[in-house]
Amino acid sequence: MKQLGQQTVKFINPPQVISSASIVGTKEESGPLGEYFDEAISDGYNKQKTWEQAQMKMSEDVLNLVLEKVQLSKDQIDCLLAGDLLNQTVASNFVARKFPVSYLGLFGACSTMVQSLAMGAMMISGGAANQVISFTSSHYQATERQFRTPNEYGDKYPPYKQWTVTGTGAMILSNQQGGVQIPSATLGKVIDLGVNDPQDMGSAMAPAAADTIIQHLEDTGRDPSYYDLIVTGDLGEVGKSLVLELLAEKGCSIEDIYDDCGVMIYNSNQKAGAGGSGCGCSAVVTASYLLPQIMYGNFNKVLVLGTGALLSPLTSLQGETIPCIAHAVVLETTGQLTPGIGRPSIRSKLANKVENLSGNEG
Amino acid sequence: MSQIDKTQEEYNELVKKHQPTDSKVKNFFSAYLVGGLICLLGQIIIELLLGTGLSLTEASSYTGLILIVVGAVLTGFGVYDELAQFAGGGTIIPITGFANAIVAPAMEYRQEGYILGLGKQIYSIAGPVLTYGILSAFLIGVIKLLIG
Repeated sequence: MKQLGQQTVKFINPPQVISSASIVGTKEESGPLGEYFDEAISDGYNKQKTWEQAQMKMSEDVLNLVLEKVQLSKDQIDCLLAGDLLNQTVASNFVARKFPVSYLGLFGACSTMVQSLAMGAMMISGGAANQVISFTSSHYQATERQFRTPNEYGDKYPPYKQWTVTGTGAMILSNQQGGVQIPSATLGKVIDLGVNDPQDMGSAMAPAAADTIIQHLEDTGRDPSYYDLIVTGDLGEVGKSLVLELLAEKGCSIEDIYDDCGVMIYNSNQKAGAGGSGCGCSAVVTASYLLPQIMYGNFNKVLVLGTGALLSPLTSLQGETIPCIAHAVVLETTGQLTPGIGRPSIRSKLANKVENLSGNEG
Repeated sequence: MSQIDKTQEEYNELVKKHQPTDSKVKNFFSAYLVGGLICLLGQIIIELLLGTGLSLTEASSYTGLILIVVGAVLTGFGVYDELAQFAGGGTIIPITGFANAIVAPAMEYRQEGYILGLGKQIYSIAGPVLTYGILSAFLIGVIKLLIG
């Protein structure tokens, strides 16, 4: 492990992803990536009394699932790294009390998934742990009422507002052979270009994402074409087009290889505004869609960015602008298949596709 | 390549260029249509009540009550906020909107109990309306005292 340039860490022995899992809400299940997610909850309450408990239950279930997929027990994990959007990150803290292992609670708003992957990778690469779980979650109703108004209150949303994803994703990082590896990570810095509308997170976060992409390319000396895909966490339609323009102004064209998890997760007819947002957005898309695609070689090299708006409802009311952050990790294929990544149906689908492709080439 | 070095003003211009906005004309007409229909419903109820022999004052009071119940029930069934996405101000301004502003937090904060949850938070949206309604009434009272 060594520092590369200003903000990037290069892992000499890249930490491996050996298992990943996701649980989503019904709206995400009926979206374009629905078939990739491992499980879906029945409704917002997830058989619990409150939305916060629903989010905790969902997180607990995804942790058990990610362990079950590779037949690991809780005590084989050295550390949990997690955070979420609820005040005092309770969804993660309360789940961790059921796991007898070290726990580091993180807050990076919606960048938490990538933040926890980067920190987990550093722990493993530095020898501080052999196996860690990174996880995060978000829940539409629980988030909406904390940051905005009660769910049933009839205020009209502007078309650029995003929809908080109900979902939770978990990944096990290990020093053992896995299906996807993390060769480097770039830690973002806090950027604030003066957006103060809490309903327009995409515009607020886009400069942070663009900054981290440029910094990563500069630190590693790479051209964007090194990557098959550069994907941001939850910028939505507005933030996505702003990132493209901000980068184009700097002479960096990534249009052909760029996408955003918030844009990918919903159909345009799902009334989700400018797209998905929330910690769960990048978590479920990475855990269940990107990782299997990378493991089967549909994308070999992917730069994933978690994008977070570091505001609170109080600071917005006090007229403050929104400081934002974006962290990035590189995910690359290892050429090995691990049973922990991807649902069985998705695995066989992707395996067939790879066979067909190699058949055509032959 | 260099870092993102835009000023806040430059970035603000860029955001405006990319941010989609609703058509103000469309918003105006959908608010007018739905708000008007709610008023029409109120008028129909008044006429029906007048037909039963009630006085205009009584009929007006009952109409207010009935519309509040309608707003509350639609909120309970999760319809009112959907309607509001189309109607905007057309569903906020009438008395049904006030019912929505009371019932929505009541439903939500029941999760924290009836006293410190529901009881405390039920006015979290309607509170400003009440506060400044009372203040305006007081000021108008003072004016009346002075010129009356």
